[in-house]
Amino acid sequence: MLKYALKRILLAMVSVFVIMAIAFFSMNAIPGGPFAKEKAPEPAVQAVLEKRFNLDKPVMEQFFLYISNIFQGDFGISLKTGREISTTIFESFSISAKLGGYSILIALIMGLILGSTAALTRNKWPDQLIVFFTTLSVGMPSFVLGTLLLLVFSLILKVVPAWSIENQNYVLPIIALSLYPTAHITRLTKSSLLDVFGQDYIRTARAKGVPRIKVIVKHALRNALIPVITYIGPLTAYSLTGSMVIETIFTIGGLGTKFVTGITNQDYPMIMGTTIFLAILMVIMTLISDLLYRAVDPRISFD
Amino acid sequence: MNDTPLLQVKNLSTSFPTEQGVVHAVNGISFNLDIGNTLGIVGESGSGKSVTAYSILRILTDPGRITGGEIYFKGENILNYSEKEMYDFRGKKISIIFQDPMTSLNPVYTVGNQITEAILLHTDRNKKEANERALNLLELVGVNDPQKRLKQYPHELSGGMRQRVMIAIALACEPDILIADEPTTALDVTIQAQILELMQELQKKLGMAIIMITHDLGVIAEMCNEIIVMYAGRICERGTADEIFYNPCHSYTKGLLRSLPKFTKDREKLIPISGTPIDLLNMPKGCAFAPRCKDAMQICLSELPKEIPINDFHLASCWMNVKKVYDEVKEGRKNG
Ligand SMILES: Nc1ncnc2c1ncn2[C@@H]1O[C@H](COP(=O)(O)OP(=O)(O)O)[C@@H](O)[C@H]1O
Ligand SMILES: [Mg+2]
Repeated sequence: MLKYALKRILLAMVSVFVIMAIAFFSMNAIPGGPFAKEKAPEPAVQAVLEKRFNLDKPVMEQFFLYISNIFQGDFGISLKTGREISTTIFESFSISAKLGGYSILIALIMGLILGSTAALTRNKWPDQLIVFFTTLSVGMPSFVLGTLLLLVFSLILKVVPAWSIENQNYVLPIIALSLYPTAHITRLTKSSLLDVFGQDYIRTARAKGVPRIKVIVKHALRNALIPVITYIGPLTAYSLTGSMVIETIFTIGGLGTKFVTGITNQDYPMIMGTTIFLAILMVIMTLISDLLYRAVDPRISFD
Repeated sequence: MNDTPLLQVKNLSTSFPTEQGVVHAVNGISFNLDIGNTLGIVGESGSGKSVTAYSILRILTDPGRITGGEIYFKGENILNYSEKEMYDFRGKKISIIFQDPMTSLNPVYTVGNQITEAILLHTDRNKKEANERALNLLELVGVNDPQKRLKQYPHELSGGMRQRVMIAIALACEPDILIADEPTTALDVTIQAQILELMQELQKKLGMAIIMITHDLGVIAEMCNEIIVMYAGRICERGTADEIFYNPCHSYTKGLLRSLPKFTKDREKLIPISGTPIDLLNMPKGCAFAPRCKDAMQICLSELPKEIPINDFHLASCWMNVKKVYDEVKEGRKNG
């Protein structure tokens, strides 16, 4: 297990490096630049700026400078605001992490509870209610849901205030972001549990005299969790990209917003910084879900 | 002498109400099992053998329901037990092993965990004592290197080994009855013989009664004191092994024997029973086997045959036997 974990961590580091390279060189290959606009600065000023951002050096050198800076926590400075990008990422990520983290947590908890309930009450009213809920949720895009929630609860009913820096109410954005994954995990858990209930080893457990509740929790749930755990990776990806949309609708200044404004401003260091940061996050989450998966299912070999 | 049998199944019926209709899997079967005896249940696949076994332990899967009859264990009707009382009953009084050892063990728990679970549930041994017991059990069922096996997962073991582990689990609490539901069907021929031998050996050592379920008459020839032949959820013939093998009195049993290489002298004559197995959704009025029986008479289609004694060790439910008696009487009258 340990050997496998080390191997995976090493591999994860390689993927991060590759992502950095792709991000860096594709940014370099894009024509135009922040200083090549209509209001281009004078050549002398431009030369100073280029020297300031290492743009006068050969590309390969720029790349390795950039990488070594990142390993020291330095993502460079924004071309737009002149602020340290690492500070911007850190600040905005604390907001996004709250939104994404809670959404993932809620999706997992609610999904497991609803999915198990549906499986255990199959074809009875709780199951039917849950099926109705999941069908509805899976079909609804998060931006439509976000807008609806905002309209109903903030504007018409005025029960939850709209998001602002002073009044950071995460309830609506979290609902909007977690609804789809909740529905998805519910379905996943239900079908996986129903499949497990039909397995021979469940009959063995019952024949041993294991009480029903223990059959469900010990023998069924652990097996049923395997497909849910493999979904944690894609779930993270969804939450990261989904939060860009949700943050925009609720005007939350999170990482997603910084990424989007970075693009509109052609703020290359900002785009690269956020991209690489998100990529690292994604790689870590995939790594965690992979290790969890292997911890739960002994059939997976560690080589 | 105590003459209540260890297990007494009376008129047991089990069915599955499905969307297509009610599947009548078991239709009023009765049999007894005495302490230390071995009862064989044979029949083609789909004849209701497994459902009978699951009914006895009350581990039917939805929508299976026991719709009639009684099941007495040491004189107590276990159909009156609450689900909670059944937890103490299953695996302690009656244990079962299944057909497919590859899927019958939980893949995410170690062999040791799955054996000790049964011990911890039914005895007041602590974890350490349960572990020791599990070790002894693995030795008992002939698993090599038991210390190592305890920590292994099912997928690390061969099919034969897994079935031995299943037997170890089943015997963990020294049950009075072991039900073996086609325990060797999924195994290689050489392993089959080993497992059967092991079961006989364990029976001698521990003295439990065995219900040996199989679709292969060859498997139980040497093992069983008594054999029940099932078809369409009914018992069509029962008797001692000798009677069933050498004096079959039901067309279905005769058919089963004809499909056995051991009991036909001429290899050419090995014939499987023709026709398709019975549709349990629409049970015929008469003998369920009549549509496939080459000797079927008018009455076979319209009326259910009663169980008729052939001799002291043999009962059969086939109109042919009635006809035989009738013919003999008629012949006797003519002559006398
Ligand atoms: N869960 C179920 N739902 C519907 N029908 C079932 C179910 N389990 C068993 N049956 C039916 O009961 C009949 C007897 O099955 P079974 O006892 O498993 O036969 P076998 O003699 O091969 O063990 C079969 O026709 C089967 O289709
Ligand atoms: Mg069966």
